[in-house]
Amino acid sequence: MSTPTPRQIPDRLASPLARRLKSWEALLLAVAIAIFIANSIASPYFLDPWNLSDASFNFTEKAMIAFAMAMLIIAGDIDLSVASIIALCSTVMGVAMMAGAPVWVLVGLGLGTGLLCGAFNGLLVAGMGLPSIVVTIGTMSLFRGISYIVLGDGAFTGYPSDFSWFGQGYVWWVFSVELALFAALAVMFGLLLHGTSFGRTVYAIGNNATAARFSGIRVDRVRFILFLLTGVMSGLAAVCLTSRLGSTRPSIATGFELEVVTMVVLGGVNILGGSGSIPGVVIAALVMGLVTFGLGLLNVPGIVMSIIVGLLLIGVIALPRLWAMWRK
Amino acid sequence: MGILTKALTTAAIATALMTGGAHAETKRIALVVKALGIGFFEAANKGAQEAAKELGDVEIIYTGPTDTTAEGQIEVINSLIAQKVDAIAVSANDTDALVPTLKKAMDRGITVISWDSGVAKEGRLMQLNPSSSSLIGNTIVKLAADHLPEGGDVAFLSATTTSTNQNVWMAEATKVLPNYPGINVVATVYGDDLADKSYRETQGLLQTYPNLKAIIAPTSVGIVAAAQAVTDAGKIGEVNVTGLGLPSEMAGHVKSGASKSFAIWNPIDLGYSATMIAYHLSNGDAKAEPGAEISMGRMGTVKLDENTEGAMADPFTYDASNIDAFSSIF
Repeated sequence: MSTPTPRQIPDRLASPLARRLKSWEALLLAVAIAIFIANSIASPYFLDPWNLSDASFNFTEKAMIAFAMAMLIIAGDIDLSVASIIALCSTVMGVAMMAGAPVWVLVGLGLGTGLLCGAFNGLLVAGMGLPSIVVTIGTMSLFRGISYIVLGDGAFTGYPSDFSWFGQGYVWWVFSVELALFAALAVMFGLLLHGTSFGRTVYAIGNNATAARFSGIRVDRVRFILFLLTGVMSGLAAVCLTSRLGSTRPSIATGFELEVVTMVVLGGVNILGGSGSIPGVVIAALVMGLVTFGLGLLNVPGIVMSIIVGLLLIGVIALPRLWAMWRK
Repeated sequence: MGILTKALTTAAIATALMTGGAHAETKRIALVVKALGIGFFEAANKGAQEAAKELGDVEIIYTGPTDTTAEGQIEVINSLIAQKVDAIAVSANDTDALVPTLKKAMDRGITVISWDSGVAKEGRLMQLNPSSSSLIGNTIVKLAADHLPEGGDVAFLSATTTSTNQNVWMAEATKVLPNYPGINVVATVYGDDLADKSYRETQGLLQTYPNLKAIIAPTSVGIVAAAQAVTDAGKIGEVNVTGLGLPSEMAGHVKSGASKSFAIWNPIDLGYSATMIAYHLSNGDAKAEPGAEISMGRMGTVKLDENTEGAMADPFTYDASNIDAFSSIF
């Protein structure tokens, strides 16, 4: 049940820390609401259901990966190869599409390739004990490299029209398939991390892997599973993105890994592992989506936009720490 | 928490105040470029502004992503659709990936054309090419050959492997190579339109091929980086850097001799023409169909081929004799 706490932790740290964690999502939510209101005031086009629906594509694919990445980072690992996994999954789907495979095979291959990539990362990290950041920087080049070898400067186009449902279809009214997937996955990952014993082991590993091992947790197996999960989610994101773009190029999803990690960290997940929550990541995804769309409506140049997102990240991360220092 | 919320609300009110004043009657034409902060596209914007001034009732929205990615451009286009602009004129980062989004734009009544780097046929009404690809392909080889009467080894330094423009030009250049018997292409490398990577790729070329006589870089980022790498390696006079570049960025290298000559069409004219075409199509006084001729103001007219593509003008060669006059313009 309760893991033994190291005796040198002073009492007074416990309660402000707990309160700070509790208020994190509240802080983010306040930011999200503020941005929402600011956007509605700043642009007459913002409060339009179809426009908001279009805007959701700015974050849905990245958020799918961010959920799995959050668990991975909480457990003390990281996967920087996710964008390259998308490229490889998309390439495999493209090859199958050219061979005339039906839609369900394409989706299966996308998810399957993601799973295999995740297994490869997991094997190197959990199986061989190599540091995850080094391994996934390596596989980042490896996976995308394979796509470049297959495609070169070419592209796969002409996906079947049924396939476009995933990235361009709507479940009901303005609610796109991607948005529905995002919501369903948010609930699933929330339950997995916060409602199961598996979720608790993730926190235990992130806080102290050695202690977790001595408590009978099969640490490496859990870490391996988390890499699998991240791989499959990247595969799913690949299905959605490929469907949305209607084509595959080896440069697909370039730079997504940093945006995913930004989303996770903005969501309050400790980059060193041990703490964080799925609701935080959900709100962070919304915040990033709202900020980029809102600024886009004002035709703010992308360079200024990245500066604002960067400042937002630093601000939200630094503020609780400054607050804590003040109160001491 | 309070401080941040307060700061954000203040910022929001500030932005709200800045963006006041709606335009009821003016046509809003969005000039979407591959990425912001590139001299070539800034110059195109200058031309678009000139066209807007000439037409009177036009507002130009000059925008684009930070990196040259299709995903970034889609986000930008989505926000333009949301603003219900009248026309979008885009230089695409990806021929195919933008198609679904641009189709959506056309479904919602927005006039969509592509210029410079094109979009697949079903994603736009027409494509304005700065020049014809075959003329450019021939010009870049000729630029190198003109200074190599006895022939020699030549290498290409391109942008990314997925750049629509560069790939077409190099394919055309390869076609005309038999007309230049002495010219021997030894390698093609990709600098991804990044200054540092292009520089390193050029260093690699200089080391791998000691007999290299010319580097052809059909990209404004690549040609500057290559000229700098040649200068730093002390190979001015041995290796001639040529291709497509901007006069303002190349002036120093033309004077130092690292580049004897290079070519480019005038991006100001290109932005001007794209705006003119978008305006006429959006107004309905011109139709984008094969064989149609659309007015481009002071640039004359453009004639569309069966793919509804048209060429603006011939590329123009810049060298020591005229570089000063143009380097102050763009």
